[in-house]
Amino acid sequence: MVATKQVSVKDGDVLLLVGTMKGLFLFRSGSARRRWEMGGPHFPGLSVYAAAYDGRERRRRLWAAPQSMHWGAELVSSDDFGRRWDRPESPRVKFPEASGASLANIWQIAPGPPEEPDSLYCGAQPAALFESRDAGKTWSLNEGLWNHPHRARWVPGGGGLCLHTILADPAGRGRLTVAVSAAGVYRSEDRGRKWASRNKGVRAEFLPDKHPEFGQCVHKIVQHPSRPDRLFLQNHWGLYRSDDGGDSWKDVARGVPSDFGFCMAMHPHDPDTVFILPIESDGFRCTPEGKLRVYRTRDAGKSWKPLARGLPQKDAFETVLRDAMSLDRLDPAGVYFGTRSGKVFASRDEGRSWELVREGLPPVVSVKAAVVTLPKRRRRAA
Amino acid sequence: MPVEVSIPGPLRPFARNQSRVALETRAATVEDALAELWSLYPGLKDRVGTEDGRIRPHVNVFVNADNVRDLDGMATRLPAACEIAILPAISGG
Repeated sequence: MVATKQVSVKDGDVLLLVGTMKGLFLFRSGSARRRWEMGGPHFPGLSVYAAAYDGRERRRRLWAAPQSMHWGAELVSSDDFGRRWDRPESPRVKFPEASGASLANIWQIAPGPPEEPDSLYCGAQPAALFESRDAGKTWSLNEGLWNHPHRARWVPGGGGLCLHTILADPAGRGRLTVAVSAAGVYRSEDRGRKWASRNKGVRAEFLPDKHPEFGQCVHKIVQHPSRPDRLFLQNHWGLYRSDDGGDSWKDVARGVPSDFGFCMAMHPHDPDTVFILPIESDGFRCTPEGKLRVYRTRDAGKSWKPLARGLPQKDAFETVLRDAMSLDRLDPAGVYFGTRSGKVFASRDEGRSWELVREGLPPVVSVKAAVVTLPKRRRRAA
Repeated sequence: MPVEVSIPGPLRPFARNQSRVALETRAATVEDALAELWSLYPGLKDRVGTEDGRIRPHVNVFVNADNVRDLDGMATRLPAACEIAILPAISGG
């Protein structure tokens, strides 16, 4: 029997949800972010590609998507930081029987727009969007995207045909943007009823037509709430920015050792600052030159600067996957990432310096950072 | 026709923590017996099977010592008294 260690989360703590191939680990630290306490593994033996913290409407809810090779994937929640997980008899997220599809995995759990504090989204494999309007009690398949005429021609990337990124419009326009590997970016203007591909300018290096309408292998897109029409995109070869909500994309890969990579993370307060971690190539999916370097732009992609202080710079053949980098919302912001070799690194000064939080974990597939605000009556510890 | 179903450890929370469930059944086939099991413990259905009704690829169902995949699958007829075992396949990494 695997012993699962619990952590006592206090008001103002920074929480890292670290999903691995063998379970979910929780790290907590005070706002100084100097010492990290580790809890877990939750769901030992199961992969956890998606996790999220929902602190809206005075909730303190963890969401996770453990996936068993035997018994399938499901969406579970906890209101006490993992002491008990709510696992309904009937899984929350499942395909309608008539769809002929079966849920293989959940790749993303994302909050809805600010004006809908009870809305949540899930990105699934096979590629589909699920939505909840009641804070996660009930879920339904987004039929608009599922019935899109392109879907029959989407093809899986190395990780499977998955919907891995969901961006709800922070400006209250009902816009929803998703990314699918390997189909590309799709956008809805009407809260998910109709969808259109948004891949103009994004190349598909692995196809004869390098600029198809869809079929791109987009690895991650990010958005800042203060500039909702500006998006950044890390592609399977290619690094892009859009200033028109994805209508068109411009290459911004100047000054990076490779424009191949998986992860990308947005600064919480500065819409010009983005973090990436370049990978050598799709043939050799490791950090270039054996150096583990995060790259940061502070000018919206005009230039990129390597951030390596405290990170291994010799024989460090690491891989960081698409959801394995995250920032907290403190000032200065903390930056966190996990590697396939089971290491978690943290920076409390926006990437200027780094420290190893933990090594020896199972391969890390997702990292999500959150700052916890507890209701007043519970502020001592949860 | 007495049929006992053995429940794998990870799924026992969905069967009131029982390791074995005795079905008071007239089920003629594996499919009938599992349908009865699902009606008693609905949480097992979605874990053993997929949304479209197939047994999950890394799950095996045995009637006594025989894997139903080697027999007639879900249409396999049940002998007069038997045990149905739901077992995780050897897989992982």
